[in-house]
Amino acid sequence: MNKQLISVIVLAVFLAACSSKQVKPEPAPPAVVEKSPAPAKPVDKTPPKAKEEVAKPEPKPEPKPVVVNPLNDPNNILSKRSIYFDFDKDEIKAEFRPLVEAHAKYLVAHPGAKIMVQGNADDRGTREYNLALGQRRAVAVKKAMNLLNVSDKQIETTSYGEEKPRCTEQTEACWAQNRRDDIVYESE
Amino acid sequence: MQWFSIYNPPMLRFLIVLALLFPALARAELDITIEGGAAQQIPIAVVPFAQSASEKEDIALVIAADLRRSGLFRPLETRGMASLPHDLAEVKYPEWAALQAQALVIGKVEVSAGGRFKVSFRLLDVLKQNQLAGLEYEITPGQLRQTAHKIADVIYEKLTGEPGVFATRITYVTKSGNRFALVVADADGYNPQTVLSSTEPIISPAWSPDGTKLAYVSFEKKKPVIFVQSLVSGQRSVLANYKGNNSAPAWSPDGKRLAIVLTYSANSQLYLINADGTGLQQLSSSRAIDTEPEWSPDGKWVYFTSDRGGSPQIYRMSPLGGDAQRVTFEGSYNASPHLSPDGKQLAYVRRDGGKFQIAVQELSSGQVQVVSDSAQDESPSFAPNGRLIIFATNIRGKGVLSVVSADGKVKQRLSEAADVREPSWGPASN
Repeated sequence: MNKQLISVIVLAVFLAACSSKQVKPEPAPPAVVEKSPAPAKPVDKTPPKAKEEVAKPEPKPEPKPVVVNPLNDPNNILSKRSIYFDFDKDEIKAEFRPLVEAHAKYLVAHPGAKIMVQGNADDRGTREYNLALGQRRAVAVKKAMNLLNVSDKQIETTSYGEEKPRCTEQTEACWAQNRRDDIVYESE
Repeated sequence: MQWFSIYNPPMLRFLIVLALLFPALARAELDITIEGGAAQQIPIAVVPFAQSASEKEDIALVIAADLRRSGLFRPLETRGMASLPHDLAEVKYPEWAALQAQALVIGKVEVSAGGRFKVSFRLLDVLKQNQLAGLEYEITPGQLRQTAHKIADVIYEKLTGEPGVFATRITYVTKSGNRFALVVADADGYNPQTVLSSTEPIISPAWSPDGTKLAYVSFEKKKPVIFVQSLVSGQRSVLANYKGNNSAPAWSPDGKRLAIVLTYSANSQLYLINADGTGLQQLSSSRAIDTEPEWSPDGKWVYFTSDRGGSPQIYRMSPLGGDAQRVTFEGSYNASPHLSPDGKQLAYVRRDGGKFQIAVQELSSGQVQVVSDSAQDESPSFAPNGRLIIFATNIRGKGVLSVVSADGKVKQRLSEAADVREPSWGPASN
């Protein structure tokens, strides 16, 4: 085959791949897999007739609707990431069940998504015991999600104990803020 | 104040070594205030040593400050005395007796060959008019302050019968905004050296028994990981970074192993690991939180905190495994066990009426004495002579360190601009 024909075929294949690629709004940008073109071959000096054939302009893309990632949509429960606990407790209170369920549903629907559940404790008591308490709270959410069919491959747990407080006042209101799990998605 | 980036490990090693070589790069020193004192304090006169004014340290001042800080001595004012003796022949005992001094310290710093110093001192009994101790030291100029501490140790031991801890070191963590630092300083707060600087929390520093290394927990990898760092070379390595949390390192008395806490299998459990990171084995197996391990000085027990009974209490078990015995029985929250160097007393954090305070329990009798009196006391650590306990406390929202005698009578406070927490007293110096 002559070199010009090969160039045409390569370019045509490339263009075909481009035009068939649809840009969907997706929650988490997936890895983009592109067909890499064949290594460039030396071009003849003679003006290639083929150029005219492939120099068609691409069709103008249609205006896309703006879609908000449900994980960040303030109207979506998925944007809520914190579960709060009672003093010395790691039971998930009824009011937070819907939140846990929503994230579990999302994870089941998106097997490539992963979360880290970060456990925290208020600052009363020793740091190491509070580190352990935070971990127990993180595991509580993980286990609840396991029961909703989320695989351990999609959940990691860690604890910050009392080391990353949202506030530092010695008040009930502040302590309640710090007794919590935070859900963080790996892509964030 | 220098902050060393921790995100480039080779750079970190270089900068840490730099910090150890150049004390001038170090940070703010701890301020010390003293409250309370023993009922009977020994009046002692520490005469200014014969030394060149160009020398950095006034030895007599350092000695007097050490003795005063212990709460057991009352150093007397010596300026304005008719004569300031430096040699035995110059001492006029009646002058010092008239001052009500019971003991007298005189000494000299002389330059010897090769730019070295010879430091000599005598401790004299004013009433009996005889010498209690006299020593000579050959040192480099940089060792002058440390030598003053050693002399204070000798004086303390001669007059109280117990070893002094003036020449020891402490470690602690500071927090300033979102900057954390692991610091090693002299026991009097001088010469603070930054061992690790980070924008993530650091907790649970633990001295190796020979004082050359610190194990600690750092959150720099966005999860708790245990590091061991040499204070001599500045080199550090990860001791444990298993799945989940890695925390609460505690050295065995022979320095060969550490007890640590992992959440590998979900809840916090005790494990043993060799000092080089090999040979991990599980020690405790309960469905509760088991944490805060601490070895007894004879190596026979690992004390720890567990809420297997419903709320945190202190237990102990053999490092070879087996059942745990409960150690604390008063109150509903007892945690963070730390043994005295003779193994006879246990200091820990106890919650009473919502307040967290330091308690000391005599292990043979079970008798408990509360030695602190604020609301957020934690991290107790015995001095190597077993007579003092350093711990972290909170004054009007600010983290400070407190030192209290084991009987609760003598108190000091150590503070600096940043929040200070997580103190640990280093081993006896040689």
